[in-house]
Amino acid sequence: MTVKIEAKDLTKVYPSRNGPICALRDFSLRVEEGEFVCIVGPSGCGKSTFLRILGGLITPSSGRVELFPRDEKAPLQNIVFQEYAIFPWKTVLDNVAFGLEMRGVPRTKRRETARDWIRKVGLAKFADAYPHQLSGGMKQRVSIARAFANDPEILLMDEPLGALDAQTRVILQGELVRLWEASRKTVVYITHSIEESVLLGDRIVLMTAHPGTYKTEFSVPFARPRSFELTGAPEFARLSYAIWQELEVEVKRTMEKQL
Amino acid sequence: MSGSCWRMASCTRDRLISVFFPLALLALWEMAVRLQWLDGRFFPAPTAVAAALWELTVKGELLGKLWLLPGLVAAGDFSGARKVFAEGHLWVSLFRIFSGFFVGAVPGIILGVVMGMNRTIRVALDPVVSAVYVLPKIAILPLVMLVFGIGEVSKIVIVAIASFFLVLINTTVGVRDIEPIFIEAGRNYGANRRQMFRHIIIPAALPIIFSGLRLSLGTSLIVIIAAEFVAANYGLGYLIWFSWQTLLTENMFAGLVVIMILGALFTSGLQALERRLMPWQREEMPASADGADVGGTGKV
Ligand SMILES: Nc1ncnc2c1ncn2[C@@H]1O[C@H](COP(=O)(O)OP(=O)(O)OP(=O)(O)O)[C@@H](O)[C@H]1O
Ligand SMILES: [Mg+2]
Repeated sequence: MTVKIEAKDLTKVYPSRNGPICALRDFSLRVEEGEFVCIVGPSGCGKSTFLRILGGLITPSSGRVELFPRDEKAPLQNIVFQEYAIFPWKTVLDNVAFGLEMRGVPRTKRRETARDWIRKVGLAKFADAYPHQLSGGMKQRVSIARAFANDPEILLMDEPLGALDAQTRVILQGELVRLWEASRKTVVYITHSIEESVLLGDRIVLMTAHPGTYKTEFSVPFARPRSFELTGAPEFARLSYAIWQELEVEVKRTMEKQL
Repeated sequence: MSGSCWRMASCTRDRLISVFFPLALLALWEMAVRLQWLDGRFFPAPTAVAAALWELTVKGELLGKLWLLPGLVAAGDFSGARKVFAEGHLWVSLFRIFSGFFVGAVPGIILGVVMGMNRTIRVALDPVVSAVYVLPKIAILPLVMLVFGIGEVSKIVIVAIASFFLVLINTTVGVRDIEPIFIEAGRNYGANRRQMFRHIIIPAALPIIFSGLRLSLGTSLIVIIAAEFVAANYGLGYLIWFSWQTLLTENMFAGLVVIMILGALFTSGLQALERRLMPWQREEMPASADGADVGGTGKV
């Protein structure tokens, strides 16, 4: 196994009007090449902050982070943002082809690749639509397709299914499992849903309440390929419950603080 | 706003109303003058205004002596041809508006993007911009004429100044208020500086930039008419002012009609351009409160 992501003692302090806010405290994480790691933690514990540091959008206040590229010419990482962040002024096709366009991939080639991914996420009919014509679930698929189409070595996904209704979510979870099992990229996947993390991940890292830090982790023993069927298995329920027992205190602490 | 009707029947109905009601008003006006309820010297009848408009056109005052053009061009006398346009009030005003608008809007957009992107420059320039912005532009016409003389240049300059600040302020706001998430997405996908402008900053700010352009084109019209009132021998403003001085009220109204048509053309022209440049904004159903009389619950 080769290490793909190495984060050591990451701390992030945001300045704010009411004094500095510590969003992440001494957080360390190592991710192996090809591993699917889920991060679960209560709201506001610093999950997005961690992902933004990995994605190079913000710098940590202290600690260090290193991503190990295999191919210097290929894109190293891309983020699927919690807020979709697809461009309203671009069609679905141009949104999905965005990364390729930025890398100077010729027009016909990038459109071909983009169309391929649009088809894979089930939006073939909407290739020429603008985002305002899409539902939330469709927008999120565009955002996922944009990241996959760029074919980075690492995918950083921030609650990609968070804004969806339960049914759409199940469908997209299935699609994600399928897409990932076909590519075996290194993934850091943030979610609120324990079931989702058990269904998708190889390993689940729990974070404490704000200011978030590493709490504990679980490895997920279930064989691949997986499907939604797995969620009906007793071992699935047992593991989910074990995770919830650990997480419960943190969630309660978060809620108490908000009162 | 009309144009937002979705059903054929109410669409036709809307259109009929929007055509017939103004026509009815004009007819009423005409009648009021003929019956001498209104003083025709101050409020000439619509037919009299139309006649005046026709007179101004055929005499070559409004559009210049266009019938001389073919001969002049055939003779290769291009300065003569130019002079034909330079003697048409409409062309003179249009030229001033558009050259001033262009000279002001282009640097307005460029500096606006810079100010929107760069905090330091924004903080430095903001007080100056705000101070000049609140000044009614026509108030600095004397100063502009002092510097640039009373010729064509000073009129273009005053329009340019007015356009510049409106476009500048809107562009700055448009760029500054871009959702940071779009910038982050651009960075995450490796956009370089040039790509960032072309793919993210410009399109994201375009709707606000356009509202600046729309405002400034409207203001250009106001400013140029006012400038032509006081310091011109041609132009629609001059036409109106001169007609007032000589008590040719029909001509005065004819000038107003032309300005109204211009204003409407500007607006619809910009809207068409907007639809072309920002296709992603099309098909948005405006939330409208009318239609309540069709399918509403009757609650008030
Ligand atoms: N730009 C910022 N400036 C100041 N404070 C911030 C900023 N971004 C995040 N925070 C604060 O840092 C903490 C962690 O935020 P973060 O977005 O990382 O949480 P999260 O775990 O992703 O939450 P959620 O699950 O709700 O998305 C929160 O308390 C938040 O208020
Ligand atoms: Mg978050």
